[in-house]
Amino acid sequence: MNVRLLAAALALAAGGAQAQESAARSLAATCAACHGTDGRSVTQEVPSLAGLPRDYIVAQMRAFRDGTRAASIMPQLAKGYSDAQVEALAEYFARRPR
Amino acid sequence: MKRRDFLKLGAAAALAGCASAERRAKARVMVIGAGFGGATAAKYVAMWDPGIEVVLLERGTQFISCPISNLVLGGNRTMQDITRGYEGLRKHGVQIINAEAVAVDGAKRSVTLGDGRTLAYDRLVLSPGVDFLFNEVQGYQGAEPRVLHAWKAGPQTVELRRQLEAMPDGGVYLLSVPTAPYRCPPGPYERACQVAHYFKRAKPRSKVLVLDANPDVTSKGPLFKRAWEDLYKEIIEYRANSKVVAVDASGMSVRTDFDTVKADVLNVVPPQRAADIALRAGVITTNNRWCDVDWRTMESKAVKGIHVLGDATLSASGMPKSGHMANAHAKLCAAALVELLNGREPDATPLINNTCYSFVSDKEAMHVASVHQYDPAQHTLLPVKGAGGVSAARSELEGGYAWSWARNIWADMLA
Repeated sequence: MNVRLLAAALALAAGGAQAQESAARSLAATCAACHGTDGRSVTQEVPSLAGLPRDYIVAQMRAFRDGTRAASIMPQLAKGYSDAQVEALAEYFARRPR
Repeated sequence: MKRRDFLKLGAAAALAGCASAERRAKARVMVIGAGFGGATAAKYVAMWDPGIEVVLLERGTQFISCPISNLVLGGNRTMQDITRGYEGLRKHGVQIINAEAVAVDGAKRSVTLGDGRTLAYDRLVLSPGVDFLFNEVQGYQGAEPRVLHAWKAGPQTVELRRQLEAMPDGGVYLLSVPTAPYRCPPGPYERACQVAHYFKRAKPRSKVLVLDANPDVTSKGPLFKRAWEDLYKEIIEYRANSKVVAVDASGMSVRTDFDTVKADVLNVVPPQRAADIALRAGVITTNNRWCDVDWRTMESKAVKGIHVLGDATLSASGMPKSGHMANAHAKLCAAALVELLNGREPDATPLINNTCYSFVSDKEAMHVASVHQYDPAQHTLLPVKGAGGVSAARSELEGGYAWSWARNIWADMLA
């Protein structure tokens, strides 16, 4: 592979990673109206998501979706997110400081 | 001179200078309107890319929330509870200009302020809310302040509460609901509950009469009707298909197509459209009322470089005109702007959600929720099938969530 092609491939990969990171940040931002900016809630009633383990968030979202965890609103919202979307936002929140 | 000071001076000179003569190092996003849409957009662009200059134009000095303002009418919250400052946005680097935008030139990419200054932008975010079509209700011009809408939280909220307090026991409070779409679909029905809750305690012989231009309750219908039956049976009377076409402030009555109805307090919510500045910017595309947008970026379909948020947009399928929705529009738009201004492609398949809580008493609330996924084949956001829904029943638990929602979303847009 010549140098120019390699550089182009690297730029594309970096662009792809950037796009993935932006998409994850946007998905996580859909939770912020109720759970706070970057998942840091300012109230006692609704939990923060920042710093929760990735697998814990994924498991809770699946439980809401499958009906194994009951709640007022989360089962209805969780059903709107695909597995890939849930994993992306969970990873984003897991990397936020509490 | 430090580099930072030089940049500050540069920004000040650019802000003061005329549009064509400016030379700016940073891309500038200008935002008009610091409500649920505009304040959120300004914060998120600045937070996600400090390399972008963000200038926020707002004519008010404080944020007063429409959501929760019905509780002020019911005496269950105060104006102070629903008022927040804008100072938190400055911590994110947002420059706030307390002025009214009076003109937008989409071709030159500039905005003219009330004091005559002209400011240039690279991208404009227009989140103007709604203005009222008073002409569609005969006699409304000049009927204020005897007849109020209180559909923008502020002085009219205070005045309507005063009228309710002054009304003698045994009086009638009349609330008229315009034909959908209007700002906050469940809002009128929540307001009926809040006023009835106040009457039940303070003046129990009084009535709430809802005249609805629509064929039925437009949001959470079964839940509201259940609450009216259980809690306010002797107080609330609801009439569907009752469009108010005229008001008579001196006779304190309204006219529908069928009859004339007298009341002691007249709360007439007029039909609405995207606010005046949207009209002047040329971004109203549909029925002379709403602004059609590209849902991947919120960019106007009429004028390039102008992104429209919130109630002013031509709503996509199943999408309410709500504060939560405007907050969601704003983040979708902020993400797209950060990508576009850095020469990258915006997300091709964005997703947003909506949650609206309504209080039916001082403590009990219920919700409606939905999730909206961009569909590349249909070029729009569509509700995700099987997701979303309403509360099984009103509850105090959801009352707690509703008040929590308000505090978190206010912080999400302003802190």
